[in-house]
Amino acid sequence: MTTATAPLGEQRRKAATLGGSFSSQMMARAARDSFVKLDPRRLTGNPVIFATWIVALLATVSTGLAIKDGTAWGFALQIALWLWATVLFANFAESVAEGRGKAAADSLRATRVTTPAKLIVDDARGTVVPTPAHKLGVGQIVLVEAGDVVPADGEIVEGIASVNEAAITGESAPVIRESGGDRSAVTGGTTVVSDWIKVRITSEAGSTFLDRMIAMVEGADRRKTPNEVALAVLLAGLTLIFLIAVVTLLGLGAYSGVKLDPMVLGALFICLIPTTIGGLLSAVGIAGMDRLLKFNVLATSGRAVEAAGDVDTLLLDKTGTITFGNRMATDLIPAPGVRPEMLLRATLLASLGDETPEGRSIVELARNRGLVLEAPKGATVIPFSATTRQSGLDAGDGKWRKGAVDAVLKDAGLEASQAPAEFTAAVDRIARSGGTPLAVSEDGVLMGVIHLKDVVKPGVKERFADLRRMGLRTVMITGDNPVTAAAIASEAGVDDFLAEATPEDKLRLMRDEQGRGRLVAMCGDGANDAPALAQADVGVAMQTGAQAAREAGNMVDLDSDPTKVIEIVEVGKQMLITRGALTTFSIANDVAKYFAIIPALFVLGLPALGALNIMRLHSPQSAILSAVIFNALVIVALIPLALRGVKYQAIGAGKLLQRNLLIYGLGGIVAPFVGIKLIDLIVSGVGLA
Amino acid sequence: MNGQGWAEIVLTIVLTVGLAWPLGIYMARVWQGERTWLDPVLRPIEALVYAACGVKRDKGQNWVAYAMSVLAFSIASFLVLYLILRFQNLLPLNPQGFPGLSPDLSFNTAISFVTNTNWQSYTPEQVVSTFSQMAGLTSHNFLSAAAGIAVAAALARAFVANRSEDLGNFWIDLTRISLYVLLPFSLILALAYVALGEPQTLIAHVTAHTVEGGKQVIALFPTASQEAIKQFGTNGGGIFNANSAHPFENPNPITDLIEIVSMNVLGYACVVAFGRVVVAKPDARALVIVMGLFVLAASSIVYATETRPAPALVAAHADAGVNMEGKEVRFGAPSTAIWVAATTGASDGGVNATHDSLMPLGGGIAMFMIQLGEIVPGGVGSGLYGMVVLALIAVFVAGLMVGRTPEYLGKKVESREIKYAMLAVLILPLAILGFSGVAAVLPVALKGLANPGPHGLSEILYAYSSATGNNGSAFAGLSANTPWWNTTLGIDMLLGRFAYAIPVLAIAGSMAAKPKLSATAGTFPTDGPLFVGLLIGVILIMGGLQFFPALALGPIVEHFQVLHAVAAR
Amino acid sequence: MLAQLRPALVATLFFTLLLGVAYPLAVTGVAHVAFPKQAEGSLIRDGQGQVIGSALIAQAFAKPQYLHPRPSAAGNDAYDASNSGGSNLGPLNPDLAKRIAKDTAGLQGEGAGPVPADAVTTSGSGLDPDISPANAQRQAARVAAARGIPVSDVEKAIAGATKTPWLGLFGQPAVNVLQANLALDAAAPARAAPIPAPAPAT
Repeated sequence: MTTATAPLGEQRRKAATLGGSFSSQMMARAARDSFVKLDPRRLTGNPVIFATWIVALLATVSTGLAIKDGTAWGFALQIALWLWATVLFANFAESVAEGRGKAAADSLRATRVTTPAKLIVDDARGTVVPTPAHKLGVGQIVLVEAGDVVPADGEIVEGIASVNEAAITGESAPVIRESGGDRSAVTGGTTVVSDWIKVRITSEAGSTFLDRMIAMVEGADRRKTPNEVALAVLLAGLTLIFLIAVVTLLGLGAYSGVKLDPMVLGALFICLIPTTIGGLLSAVGIAGMDRLLKFNVLATSGRAVEAAGDVDTLLLDKTGTITFGNRMATDLIPAPGVRPEMLLRATLLASLGDETPEGRSIVELARNRGLVLEAPKGATVIPFSATTRQSGLDAGDGKWRKGAVDAVLKDAGLEASQAPAEFTAAVDRIARSGGTPLAVSEDGVLMGVIHLKDVVKPGVKERFADLRRMGLRTVMITGDNPVTAAAIASEAGVDDFLAEATPEDKLRLMRDEQGRGRLVAMCGDGANDAPALAQADVGVAMQTGAQAAREAGNMVDLDSDPTKVIEIVEVGKQMLITRGALTTFSIANDVAKYFAIIPALFVLGLPALGALNIMRLHSPQSAILSAVIFNALVIVALIPLALRGVKYQAIGAGKLLQRNLLIYGLGGIVAPFVGIKLIDLIVSGVGLA
Repeated sequence: MNGQGWAEIVLTIVLTVGLAWPLGIYMARVWQGERTWLDPVLRPIEALVYAACGVKRDKGQNWVAYAMSVLAFSIASFLVLYLILRFQNLLPLNPQGFPGLSPDLSFNTAISFVTNTNWQSYTPEQVVSTFSQMAGLTSHNFLSAAAGIAVAAALARAFVANRSEDLGNFWIDLTRISLYVLLPFSLILALAYVALGEPQTLIAHVTAHTVEGGKQVIALFPTASQEAIKQFGTNGGGIFNANSAHPFENPNPITDLIEIVSMNVLGYACVVAFGRVVVAKPDARALVIVMGLFVLAASSIVYATETRPAPALVAAHADAGVNMEGKEVRFGAPSTAIWVAATTGASDGGVNATHDSLMPLGGGIAMFMIQLGEIVPGGVGSGLYGMVVLALIAVFVAGLMVGRTPEYLGKKVESREIKYAMLAVLILPLAILGFSGVAAVLPVALKGLANPGPHGLSEILYAYSSATGNNGSAFAGLSANTPWWNTTLGIDMLLGRFAYAIPVLAIAGSMAAKPKLSATAGTFPTDGPLFVGLLIGVILIMGGLQFFPALALGPIVEHFQVLHAVAAR
Repeated sequence: MLAQLRPALVATLFFTLLLGVAYPLAVTGVAHVAFPKQAEGSLIRDGQGQVIGSALIAQAFAKPQYLHPRPSAAGNDAYDASNSGGSNLGPLNPDLAKRIAKDTAGLQGEGAGPVPADAVTTSGSGLDPDISPANAQRQAARVAAARGIPVSDVEKAIAGATKTPWLGLFGQPAVNVLQANLALDAAAPARAAPIPAPAPAT
C-alpha cells in the first residue's frame, strides 16, 4: 500500500508558477545539470550552442598558450570565461525547464503500487492469489476492494465502486466507476474507496498510463517537434552564414592591412550566431508541455502541443461544453385565467420533492422570483415514473403535478384538442425554440406550462467570440434535433452545428474539414469517440472516459473538463509565439553587436571606421567584451520569458503580429544598444578592459 | 539634388510598376496556357517545337524532371554558345575578322550568358564578331531569361497545387515564354530603339574623317535588336564595352527611360502573374511594393551620394555639384541613380555610367542591392523566386509570433522548405565572401585591380557579388580577363544560378505535395503594410548581417575617408 | 536526364535560329527601310558624302575655335569609337585627383566661375557627344575670340545644339559638341582660314 504524497495536480500548480515557487533545491539541481550538459555529445543536437562550445574551448586553449608565453592574457581569459558562461546559461535554461517536470515525475513515481494485487485464478470459487503488480499480464482479471490501489490500467468487468483518482488528477472527490459503458476504465495508481470491482488488465507493466505520464512529464523521450526541427535548420543555416562571414574576414582584413586577433573573430562569431534562441529553444518546448500540465492536461507529444496552436476548427460536444447539460426552467406561462403567482406557487410545490437538476432549477427560478416555500407537513413526494410521466407532491389538502403535456392534460380530463388555445400556442412556441414544455396542474386543474431549456453556460459566447478572433471556427455536435440545435447554436454563438449526430457523422465532418486543409481539435470520452479522436489533429480524451478514447487521443485532460480545449489551443499558440519572439529578438540583436564589434575590430588599421562606433564605447577591448557579456546575460534574462511564455491575446493575427514585432523586433534592435553601452560603462569603470 | 531629379526618379518607378500590371496579367495567361491574341500566328510554331522536341502538351513534370530539363537545356545552351565563341573565326558574319575567344574567356562568357548574368570580361567591340553577337549572345539573352521565368512559373503552380507533384512542363514554359512574351515585346522595343537613334546594321564599322582632320573608327553592330532583349530579359550584357553609357546603346533620355522601365518591368510582372496564378493578388501586390520601395530607396541614396562633393573636384576647386566622373552629360545624376538602383536590383547589369567611379556609398548601394539576392525586383523569374524564398524565411521567423506554425499562401513552411531555402540563401555568402576572401590575398587576383585601398577591395567584392547574383555589372576597372578571374567568376555564376534555382524547384516540389490550406482570421497576414515592413526588415537584416563586415572594409570605410578628405579642404 | 537530351538540343538549335538569326535580321531589314539614318549610326557626311562622324559619338576637338568635348578615356588615344569605356577611377584614386587638378588648372583662366565638373571628368562611354550648357557657355568666349566673331553668335550655335530634358523631366540639358561646331563652321567657315594656335592641353 502506498500513498501519494501531495496530490499531483496541486504540486504541479505550485511548481508551475514562476518566481518564489522555485525551490532552491530545484535551482541547485538545474545548476548541477548545466555542468553535466557540457558533455559535447549532448550538445550535437543544438548546432548553435555546440559552435559556442567549440569556440569557448579554442578561446581557453588560446588563453592557456598566452599564459604560457607570458603575453597579455587577461582579456583573453575574460572572453573565454564568458563564452563558457554562454554555454552554461543555455544548459541552465534547459535544466530549469526540465526540473519542474522531474519534480512532478518524482511524485508520480511515489504512487506506484508496491503491494500485491489480488489475481483471480478461479472466478467461480472466488480464489485470489496475491501477485506483484509488475507480474500482471494483459487480460488477467484482478479483484480490487475498498482500500486497495488499482494495480494497473484496466477495464471493469464486474461491479461498481467509487474510486479516488487524486494520485493522477489531483482531484480528491471520488468518482464512480462501473462495468459497461464509458465509465468502465480504471487507472493504475488510483484507490478504490468503497465497494469492489473486478478489473481486466489492459496494459503491460511499464506501459501503463502512470508510466507514460511519468515519461511524459519528465520529457524522457522528448523528441524535437516538426517546427522545432525546422527552426533548428534555420539556426544552423544562420550559424554557417556567420561562420563564412567571419572566416573570410581573415582574407579581407589582410588586404586592408588590419591584423585580426582570432580570439576576437571567435567572439564576433559567437555574438552573431543566434545563441539566444539556440540556448532557449528546448526550454521553450519543455515549458509548453509544462504549461499544459499546469492546466492538468497531458500531451503525449510536443507535436500535439504545436498542432494545438494551428487548430482551425474546434468540434465541441454540446452537452457539458456549451450547455450545462441539464435542462433548466427559464420561464412560466400561465394557462388562461391563472394568475402568474398562482402558477409559480403550484410549480414550486410540484417540484419541492424533485431532486433532479430540472426540479432544482425550478426551485431556483422560484427563489429568484421571490418565492420560498417549505413542503407542507406530512406531504408525500410522488416520484416520476415511466407510466405516469409526471411527478409532484401530495399534501393533505392538495396535489400538485408537473410532467409531459399530454399526461397532465389527460389528468386534467382534457383532450389535446380541448386545451386552451393560448396554452397550446405556448407549448408549441417552446418546442419550436428547442425547449421542453412541462405542464403544471394543481388539484387536477391545468395551471400553465414551464419552459425548460438547455442553458448555455455563462461566458461561453464570449469565449467563442475570442476563438473567432483567434481564427478558430467552432462547430457544435449534438444529438438534438435540428430545431433545438439551431436554437442553442445561435444562443451560444458557435459558427456551425451538426444535429442528430452519430459518431460516424462526427468522423465524416472531421474528415471534411481536414480535406479542406483545416486542422481539427475535439474532445471526447466515449469509446465511440475513439475513431474521431484518433483522426483529430488534436484529440483531447477525458481522464474519466473510456480506455479506448484515452488511447486514441493525443492529449488527456485529467480534470475531464471539455472546455479545456480552448486553453490547450492557447497554450499551443503561446509556445509558438514564444519561439518566434525569441528568434526575432535574437536575430535583431545582431545589428547592435555589429556596431560594437566591427569598429573595434578594424579601427586600429582603418581609423575612419571609428565613425561606426556610434555607442561611443570606451575601447576596442571593452566593446568586444561588452558584446560578449551582453550576449551571455541576455540568455539568463530571457529564461523567465521562455518558461512563462509570451502572453497570447485573442486580438487577431494582424494586431498580434504588430504588437510582437514592435516588442521583440524593434525591441531586439534597441535593447542591445542600451545593454552593451551599460555593460561597457561598467567594464571600463571597473577597469576590466 | 533638385525637384526635377526626384520627380524623374519617382515617375520612372511608378511608370514601371504601372506597366507591370497589364504585362503580368498577360503573362499569367501565357503561363497557364490560355489563349492570347497572338495565338493565330504563334500556335503553329509552338506545335512545331513540341513535335520536334517530342513534348506532349498535357504532360506535366515533377520537380526533379523539371530541374533536369532546366539543367539539360542550360548545358546544351552552354555547349552551343561555347563553340560559337571559341570558333567564331570559322563562322560567317565576321566582318571584323576577329579570332576565336580563348578557352577561359569562352567558358566564362558562355556561362555568363546562359546564366543570365552577362558579365563581360572583354571589350565586345574589340573581340566579338557580328555573328557571335546575334546567334550567340542575342539568342541566349532570350533563352536564359525564358528559363528563369519558367522556374518562376513552376513555383507559382506549386502554390496552387493541392497534394500533387505536377509543376508543369519546362519545355512548354520555355517555348511559350520565348514566343509569346519575350519575342513580340522585343520586336516592338527594337524598332522603337532604332527610331530613337540606335544603330541596327550588319556593317562592322565606319571610318569617319573628323572635323579636325583626324580619323575615327566607329564600331557598329545590330545594336537595337540586342538592346531590346538585353534590358527586357534583365541580361545587361553590353553590345559595346561602355554598355548603356554608350551613345549607340542609349542615345538619349527617352531611350534611357525605356531601358530602365524595360529592365524592371518583367521582374515586377512575374510577381503580378504569380499573384494571379496563385489567386493571391494582395500578397503579390505586397511583394511588388517591397521591391518598388527598395528601388526607390536605393535610387534616392545614390542620387544623394552622387550630388555630394567629390573629393577630386573639391581639391581642384572645380564645380563639385555632381560627381560627373563616369557619367554621361545627357543623363546626369538622377538618371544615373535610378539606373544604378534598377540594374543592381534587377540582376540586369547594364549600366549607363561607370559604377567604379561612383561615390563610395553609391557604389556600396549598388553592391548591396546585388547582395540582397537580386530580388528587388530581381532578374526575370529569378527575382520572384528569390523573393519568395526570402518571404518564406520572413514568414518562418516572424510568423510564429501569431501563434501558428508558419504558412505562406496556404502552404505550411516546414523543415524541408527551410532546409532548401537556407541552402539557396547560403550560396550568396559562400560564393561572394569565399572567393573574395581568397582573392584579397592572392597576388594573381590582385594584379587585376585598377584602384588602390578600400576601393580595390570593393572591385573584388563587386565582381563576385555581380557574378553570384547573375547581375553582370562591374566595377569595371578590374581587368577580369585572366584565367583566375574568368574561372572563379564562372563558378560563381553557375552557383548563383543553379545552386539557387534547384533548391527553389525542390521547394516547389515539396509545396505542391502539401495540402492547400484555407486562410482564417488567425492566419499570418502576408498582404498588408505590416508584412511589407517585416519583409523589408528581414531582407535588410539578412543581407546586412552577412555582408556588413565586408562592406565595412570596402565602401563604408572609403565613405568615411571621403568625408575626411572633403572636410580637410 | 537522357530523356531531356532531345528537347534540349532541338530547342537550343531552333531558338538559336529564330531568336539569334531570324529576329535580328528581321529587325535589321525593317530598320533599314523605316529608319535608315538611325540604323546606320546617325552618321554625318560632308558635302562630298564622306563620313565626318556620328551625331551620337564624341570626336576629338582641340583647336580653340571649336567647343571641346569632355575628356575621354575610350581607348589609348581617347575618343576611340571602337573601344568605349570610362576611366574606372574611384573617387579617392590619386590618379583621378592628379588628372582633374591638371585639367582644371588648364581651364581655370578660360572663363569666370568654377570649372564645370563635366569639363574635367571623363564620361562612362568616353564617347559622350555632349557637354553641359555651363561648360559650353564657359568656352564661348574662347571660341568667339579664336573665330573673331561675337560671343552671341557662338551662343546661338550652342543654343541650336542644345537638347532640353524630355518633357522637362527626363535627362539633363546637353549641348551636342559636334553639331554646335558644325553650326559654327557653317556660319563662318573656319576650316578655310586656319588659325595658328597651339593646341591647349587636353
